[in-house]
Amino acid sequence: MTALKIAKDRTLDIKNMEILSKVHAKNLVKWAKDKPEALVLSADLTSSTEIDLFRDAYPDRFISFGVAEQNMMSFAGGLAREGFIPFVHTFAVFIYRRAYDQIAMCIAYPNLPVRMFGFLPGVTTPGGATHQAIEDTSIMRSLPNMTILECGDATDVESVLDAANAINGPVYIRMLRGEIPRLFDKSEPMILGKARILSRGNDITILSSGICTEEAMRAVEALKKHGVSITHLHISTLKPFNDTAVLEALSANKYGVITMENHSIIGGLGTVAAEEMAEAGIPNKLLRIGIKDTYLHGAGREYLMREYGFDAMALIREIEKIVDTSFDITEDDLRRVRFEPINSDAKAEAL
Amino acid sequence: MKKDINKRIKEAAKGIRRRVLEHTINNNGGYLSQACSSSEILAALYLRIMNLGPVEAPIMPPPFTAVPGPDNPNYTTGAMFNGPKAPHLDRFFLSPSQYSLVLYAALIETGRMHEKGLEQFNRDGSRVEMIGAEHSPGMEIMTGSLGHGLSQAGGIAMARRLKRETGRVWVFMSDGEFQIGQTWEAMQTLSFYKLDNIGIYVDVNGYQCDGKMSKVMNIEPLKKRLESFGAKVFDVDGHDIDALIAPAKLKPAGRPLVVLAYTTPYRGIKILKEKTPKFHYIRFKDEDERRRYEAVLADF
Repeated sequence: MTALKIAKDRTLDIKNMEILSKVHAKNLVKWAKDKPEALVLSADLTSSTEIDLFRDAYPDRFISFGVAEQNMMSFAGGLAREGFIPFVHTFAVFIYRRAYDQIAMCIAYPNLPVRMFGFLPGVTTPGGATHQAIEDTSIMRSLPNMTILECGDATDVESVLDAANAINGPVYIRMLRGEIPRLFDKSEPMILGKARILSRGNDITILSSGICTEEAMRAVEALKKHGVSITHLHISTLKPFNDTAVLEALSANKYGVITMENHSIIGGLGTVAAEEMAEAGIPNKLLRIGIKDTYLHGAGREYLMREYGFDAMALIREIEKIVDTSFDITEDDLRRVRFEPINSDAKAEAL
Repeated sequence: MKKDINKRIKEAAKGIRRRVLEHTINNNGGYLSQACSSSEILAALYLRIMNLGPVEAPIMPPPFTAVPGPDNPNYTTGAMFNGPKAPHLDRFFLSPSQYSLVLYAALIETGRMHEKGLEQFNRDGSRVEMIGAEHSPGMEIMTGSLGHGLSQAGGIAMARRLKRETGRVWVFMSDGEFQIGQTWEAMQTLSFYKLDNIGIYVDVNGYQCDGKMSKVMNIEPLKKRLESFGAKVFDVDGHDIDALIAPAKLKPAGRPLVVLAYTTPYRGIKILKEKTPKFHYIRFKDEDERRRYEAVLADF
């Protein structure tokens, strides 16, 4: 696994874990300053998608469409054909569910540079089933020409604009808002098509995306103390999926591969990994952690991740099964790791 | 001068009907009623209303190459048939691409497409598709999924205004599209942003796939509804050339322009009336019927 280069400072330094707020809101204003071609399109969720600061800074480049996403998507296609770069902002569900035909024909088919920011993916919404985007990656991934990115921390959110804007074609982004931890060093931006390698080991390979990466980092930290050797990769480019380091990690493990995503296990990261492994002839076992082909209901994020089995503890239970050992790691242990840094015995160097 | 232009438009309209009739007979099927209802609208748009750049000579449609994508930089749309793009020139968008056959005939009649181009219609490997795409002659956006055209053209009109381009954006629509929610979303947006550089001609022929629109899903009173959405609306006889041209001459004044062209789906081909109320796609029921249409063609 010499090709795997551990990210310089991907330390989950619990003690100093930085929590940032309105990361996108501030960053977008700075980023768009010298980009007159960048327009921001809103569908009545301006504050909720953190584009209020952009609206105030550049009112001439902010276009309000009201609650009319289908029209907004087709308009975005028209604007893009004339040389503008529309940055469409709304909740993820209202992008791919509400306006799929318009995205397919007015944006994806003509390969136009429209950047779609899907907020509140999966369980990150305070809303219920109507607001939970649980199959967006699955749907959008099957559109030709579409690139799909997902943010897992503040550094991802800050650098996703450059990553997305380098793409000649449409991009769908599973975006984070509000208070976001910084898991990855600010100096190491998201790089298109490159996974972040957070841990190296020989027993198990974990691929995680979005908010599941923080969960997996907590679990990996706890498991390492029990001698489980884990390779952990954070995936931010879901399509295209052609990072050779990922392919290598899928292959190089004793017990198999686990994917972990805030999304249905059908069509998302788990499916992508399965396709890659099958086509590359990698004969390893694959376990997909995520939303198991079910709708959810409205509740808090931590509650839903626990109830539906895709939090740190769920990962630990699965690994316990795989290695046929019980580590007696409790929810409290994990919570302490995360929330009581003073008592934490998490070793930064272990990551 | 005006007399000459009107005469040319009339001749072109007749030519469009004749070409589509001939095509329908030869292929035992075609979008014939759309030609009957919209020939004057398309001929007037191309010959008088729109300020398009010329083409050097009637263009023979090149074969289909590939769909757009990041690895296809030489991709072209069918916009070349509408002349070069320039800030001061107008642009044309066909919203119901079910009218493609009629548009192709119009391009031939107005000297923009080679008449042999129509022989490629619906042939494998050709751009001259039955329900055209953005690579088809005279087209440059994807519009076969009804209701998408106006919003895309609206985006282009908004972009042209941002770039301070003076050319106008013309959209041809069918009345059936006013049953679609997105059309009304687009109308409210056009008037909210005062996009008066867009002009919409609607072929209100009153029929759709399932039959008479007032029986399938009523859209009237269309003029009142559009006015209440903030548009400047004219309802005209869609076969009267002067009436079609007049609204386009008015100086835009802060509102999107809509011309409701009320038309007859069997105009110019009387025996087509027998098909009432099923006009969407004409097929002949037997050889005798086909011969009767051949006789109409011979008299054209």
